[in-house]
Amino acid sequence: MTGASASRWCLGALFAAFVAFLYGPTLTILVLSFQGPEGGLTFPMNGLSLHWYRKLFGGAGVVDIWAAFGRSLRLGLAVMALTTLVALLGGYAFRRRFRGAGALFQLVVASLIVPSIAVSLGIALQFRILDDWVRGLAEAGRLPAWFPEDHATLMGLFTSGLGAHLTWTLPFGILIMFAVFNRFPVEVEEAARDCGASPWGVFRYAVLPLVAPSLVGVALFGFTLSWDEIARSSQAMGEANTLPLELQGLTTTATTPEIYALGSLTTGVSALVIAAAFVAHGLARRARRSPR
Amino acid sequence: MEFAAVTKRFGVAAGAAAVDALDLRIPAGAYCCLLGPSGCGKTTTLRMLAGHEAPTEGDIVLDGANVTDLPPARRGTAMMFQSYALFPHLSALDNAAFGLRMRGAGKAERRARAREMLALVHMEAFENRLPAQLSGGQQQRVALARALVTNPSALLLDEPLSALDPFLRGRVRAELKRLNRELGITFVHVTHSQDEALALADLVVLMRAGRIEQQGTPEDVFDRPRTAFAARFMGGHNVFPDAGGGGRVAVRSDLTRLAPPGSPGALDAVVRAVEYTGTGFALTLAGAGTDELTVLQDETERRAHPAAPGDRVGLTWAEADARRLAAD
Repeated sequence: MTGASASRWCLGALFAAFVAFLYGPTLTILVLSFQGPEGGLTFPMNGLSLHWYRKLFGGAGVVDIWAAFGRSLRLGLAVMALTTLVALLGGYAFRRRFRGAGALFQLVVASLIVPSIAVSLGIALQFRILDDWVRGLAEAGRLPAWFPEDHATLMGLFTSGLGAHLTWTLPFGILIMFAVFNRFPVEVEEAARDCGASPWGVFRYAVLPLVAPSLVGVALFGFTLSWDEIARSSQAMGEANTLPLELQGLTTTATTPEIYALGSLTTGVSALVIAAAFVAHGLARRARRSPR
Repeated sequence: MEFAAVTKRFGVAAGAAAVDALDLRIPAGAYCCLLGPSGCGKTTTLRMLAGHEAPTEGDIVLDGANVTDLPPARRGTAMMFQSYALFPHLSALDNAAFGLRMRGAGKAERRARAREMLALVHMEAFENRLPAQLSGGQQQRVALARALVTNPSALLLDEPLSALDPFLRGRVRAELKRLNRELGITFVHVTHSQDEALALADLVVLMRAGRIEQQGTPEDVFDRPRTAFAARFMGGHNVFPDAGGGGRVAVRSDLTRLAPPGSPGALDAVVRAVEYTGTGFALTLAGAGTDELTVLQDETERRAHPAAPGDRVGLTWAEADARRLAAD
């Protein structure tokens, strides 16, 4: 065996190990989710059935998984939309040099290095202070009449929860759009202006079509980061938990392969979103290619 | 088209001016070449004319109107970018129609006009292609059609030939000259190649460090260089110390003659290299404190003075052929 082929085998083995590590767990769970009704949480397979999926859809579990599923989906979509919009506008704004641009950029990205759990705890603390303040106002009778009397906390899916997820997805989105706009030729914008495009026209007809594929990427990123986010969600969701939090709770109490069925299903949702984006991208490309 | 004391500084006000108090008039319908080495301010001048750069001081007048503060599209200029800057997501036809679309023209109208423009640059067969499916030369033609579609009164070209191979360069050169003649609009063409400027321009504007070094017809600028910089940049000249006064003179390489070494009035030089050019011979020589002297000999001259590398020779010229140079 020559040195070259030895190193090739070594690298190949390393890569195989990497792939096994990456997809092995998901595949294992997928296989185990098809356990027979008498099967347990581990191998061997005791028959093959859709029993646990049926059970899952029957909603027999202790917690309302489908409500959590819906919450996570709605939150994920909101995070996706906001991340895409802010990353696009933020990236575009940074094309012009302005005073404090460097400091602002660092401020935005620095939140990535703060430990997720610390962010989550911080958000919970902030909202506690906010709640105390609101309670104070309520006791002093200085809140408007429409404010609900039984108000307990401002924390919730679309307040603290949304914020917690955005601290995670926005820096990523903005970093991606920065890289995209860095490679974006300024002459294309100038050419559009030269052809009589207004500032909005430049953005709409020259910039947006060129960065659209990257925006799809940012959107996917935003959704999937939110969809399986745990650490930042852990203290920031209020009463209603997201799907990953419910799942985490289940892992400590689960005794049946139902949890595997649930895990496989959530992975399926992520895969479906990404597949849909690829198909849409392919269709858009084909539409553009064909002469009108 | 006129520049009046136009200055452009980049960055802080104290910085050196990229364009320094430029005064320039370009007659309507002329082919004007802004010529100079990189960093001389020629591209900045063009971009100020186009409205993509705002002058720090001074005014720009087009067709009698002060356009200094107008956006590009309201100046009646159209620019063709060095990188062409086509919209990669639009077909050749939609690229060419873009200016009309921005002006709110209907689909049928703008497509008809864009087809006319593509035909003008011989690209009508490629109207459905995306820029990525076109060669560099074809992309340039589409960019040209896109610039011309709105009937500009001036076409601004930033280094239009530098990305093309030599064969295509010659063809595009002829094409640009033809368009200038047929459309009757002013062309302003930025280049660092003196050949290009001499071949194309009615008005050559030679720039150096943000100022105009010399301007005039190609014959003027080439044959009567005002300074040593102009003589060297336009090429084809030797710069010698002036025997009479303290200054310097420029003499064309084809009018510089060899003489026996030590001849009265001749300048000592050593032949470094001899190249056959087909129509004659090109000699490179060192002397007068430089090794960049060139003598072009036709066959008659060659027979009279067959100097070889290493030979000591004298250099002479007719007094009428010497151009006295102003101090730099």
